Amino acid sequence: MNALDLSRWQFAITTVYHFLFVPITIGTSFLVAGMQTAWYRTGNEKWLRATKFFGKLFLINFAMGVVTGIVQEFQFGMNWSDYSRFVGDIFGAPLAIEGLLAFFLESTFLGLWIFGWDRLPKKLHLATIWLAAIGTVLSAYFILAANSFMQNPVGYEINPQTQRAEMTDIGQVLGQPLAIITFTHVITMAFLVSGLFVAGISAWLLFKGRSLDVVRSTLKLGSITALVAFVLTGITGDAQATKMVEVQPMKMAAAEALYETAAPAPFSIFTIGTLDGSEPIFSIDIPHGLSLLATHSWDGEVQGINNLQAQYEEQFGPGDYRPNIPMAYWNFRLMIGFGALGALIAAWMLWVTRKDRIPTTKWFPRLALFSIILPLLGSSTGWIFTEMGRQPWVVFGLMQTQFGVSPTVTVAQVLTSMIVFTLLYGALAVVEVGLLMRAVKIGPPDSAEHSYPDKLGEDRPLTVTY
Amino acid sequence: MELQQIWIILIAVLWMGYFVLEGFDFGVGILLPVIGKSEQERRALLTTLGPVWDGNEVWLLVAGGATFAAFPEWYATLFSGFYLPLLLILVALILRGVAFEYRSKRSDPTWRKRWDAAIVVGSFVPALLWGVAFANIVRGVPMRLGEQGNSLYDGGFFNLLNPYALVGGLTTLTLFMTHGAIFLALKTDGEIRVRANKLAGQIGLVATVIAVIFLLWTQLAYSDKAWTWALVVVAALCWLAGLAMNRAGREGWSFLFSAITLAGAVAFLFSVLYPNVMPASNDPALSLTIWNASSSDYTLRIMTIVAVIFTPIVLAYQSWTYWVFRKRVSPSQITNADHGSLDLPGEGTTGEKIGV
Repeated sequence: MNALDLSRWQFAITTVYHFLFVPITIGTSFLVAGMQTAWYRTGNEKWLRATKFFGKLFLINFAMGVVTGIVQEFQFGMNWSDYSRFVGDIFGAPLAIEGLLAFFLESTFLGLWIFGWDRLPKKLHLATIWLAAIGTVLSAYFILAANSFMQNPVGYEINPQTQRAEMTDIGQVLGQPLAIITFTHVITMAFLVSGLFVAGISAWLLFKGRSLDVVRSTLKLGSITALVAFVLTGITGDAQATKMVEVQPMKMAAAEALYETAAPAPFSIFTIGTLDGSEPIFSIDIPHGLSLLATHSWDGEVQGINNLQAQYEEQFGPGDYRPNIPMAYWNFRLMIGFGALGALIAAWMLWVTRKDRIPTTKWFPRLALFSIILPLLGSSTGWIFTEMGRQPWVVFGLMQTQFGVSPTVTVAQVLTSMIVFTLLYGALAVVEVGLLMRAVKIGPPDSAEHSYPDKLGEDRPLTVTY
Repeated sequence: MELQQIWIILIAVLWMGYFVLEGFDFGVGILLPVIGKSEQERRALLTTLGPVWDGNEVWLLVAGGATFAAFPEWYATLFSGFYLPLLLILVALILRGVAFEYRSKRSDPTWRKRWDAAIVVGSFVPALLWGVAFANIVRGVPMRLGEQGNSLYDGGFFNLLNPYALVGGLTTLTLFMTHGAIFLALKTDGEIRVRANKLAGQIGLVATVIAVIFLLWTQLAYSDKAWTWALVVVAALCWLAGLAMNRAGREGWSFLFSAITLAGAVAFLFSVLYPNVMPASNDPALSLTIWNASSSDYTLRIMTIVAVIFTPIVLAYQSWTYWVFRKRVSPSQITNADHGSLDLPGEGTTGEKIGV
């Protein structure tokens, strides 16, 4: 193991881990804001209980997202300093803007929301959760714009003196179609994740016969959110794949293990074989499928790995420009499979609970809780596909990953940090899941009433404390 | 004024904000078991931080992001060079962030004791190491030329543990502890307020001695500017004024003065450095300066526009938060030690019953 490999592992571990909390935070902040709005509008106490309950779960999750996020920002400089030097002029800007526009908004207004029940008038308190939710989405936008630059660099030029990338057009960096498409794909995915998070927990409580009025409503809310989000995730994913064929054809060829350029190209559903270009042992293909997906035409040409490799060698010089094909192929399929399975369970939960039914099969609560993990796995495999499919590049066409690593950081240092983060994150995962399970077992409060101060600054005792 | 000069001022301002704001919540964290003798008192202390600590920490994230955007060479060399201290800081910040959110989620005294320990350690480590890091930057570090002609950090971990840097670390540590105690005296009521007030005076004296040594050492050994004496004097006078106000029980003034001291100290360090951002101790030609470490004018211009528009907005709503939560927190308000905890049936109620 060298420092490069270790740094890649560490980045993968810390990023995949961080990104378990992100989609839950994004989607659930809106769902909780929706619940509180429902209470605000209807005065129905069940929505207040739902707000309190899912708000608590949301905050347990949010804490982890915050603390693991700090590592992300530091890691570019710590482990990828040559990368940071090379793209700092462009990549640093969205990160700084994310902090200034999004992190302040999220953290400040969430603080106001948590502790504001006794300090803010009703309407203002409702506004704080919405502002925090907007903060989460802004944050996603800027970091995805930065990531999109790595996938498809735009709005820059290479300074001939320093050999570094310099920004020439912020509009392109923040507004390139790939950034917008990726953003929509990630946000819709976040709602799929959160929809199942809310629905799965509600279904478990429904089976236990707890707070039925609350969980019936939240189960519906969660499942329908998940289903709509799944459809939208599919549509945005299709847009992203089409865009990817244009800007990173190698990634999509790897996703299909398509070695030779083909027109029409089939879509491979499943393959048993080595995926090294030799004849597979067994495979299921949909004729014309990939042509349709990638080019939206029946006989569209899709470039193959070998052709692209030859083309890149000509363009960038000798080298291996192929990502890890089995990883790309399988993660792409797992992403879709996990997401679809999650949506299927959401539909099933909705069906078996129609007209206030409560299923008696023990599979119901089990599958319900299990379904929460599925879209999270979909999101993780999707990111692993996206990032590994870009290899050997860290910035596509401009800088290879191996040249981005910190030249002064030693194997011992990275090994230390990797072990420390992995152990710490592992231990915190146990604590976090333990707390979430406690909160779920306790369930929504049996009754809730709340009277807000009439005006800002009214003196009254605190009910929310740390 | 050149864009690079604007940006070094902005980054200094972000660090001032960070030291002033997270400075006190580090202090509160370190003093948690000292000032908070009972569960009720500790919860009161933590409640003063509850609505604000996360927003305070964002100042660090924005300072980091702004450094990345405005001075990528500095960001890259500093963060990869100070690898292990930053790792320690990250671990500490993770532990303490989670501890704030999770410690009262169970009433089990062992659970709470462990998280309290995480808060103390998680606050202590960064409070010390930020000073060590800044002192090392001011002192200069060994650098070498990289393959692409950039300056790279060329010292190990132990190189960072020199006497000057340790004094720097003790300076931030004791300043933050005093600042935190003053904050508590301002924000709480009852016995903890009295205790915090007394402790602020005591730690403040220790801090005075250490900080004066550090400031003089810095000025005499590392500053090539006579005018930075002015900042030394301002910081020292404000500190003494803060301690005097603390003695007089004027908590608001005391906090204001200690905040100005911290901001002044950051301004002093950046002024001593200027125009360097990371001087090389072995060869001045290798030093990173605001000129050779900066982004392009285009990027700096964009970032300036963003900062000019959004910084006032952020300042406005963050200040408003402090105003909303301006009331003192008293331990007597915390009537149930199990409140907010996720105890399952059969658990809980073993914690201190309060109001007895």
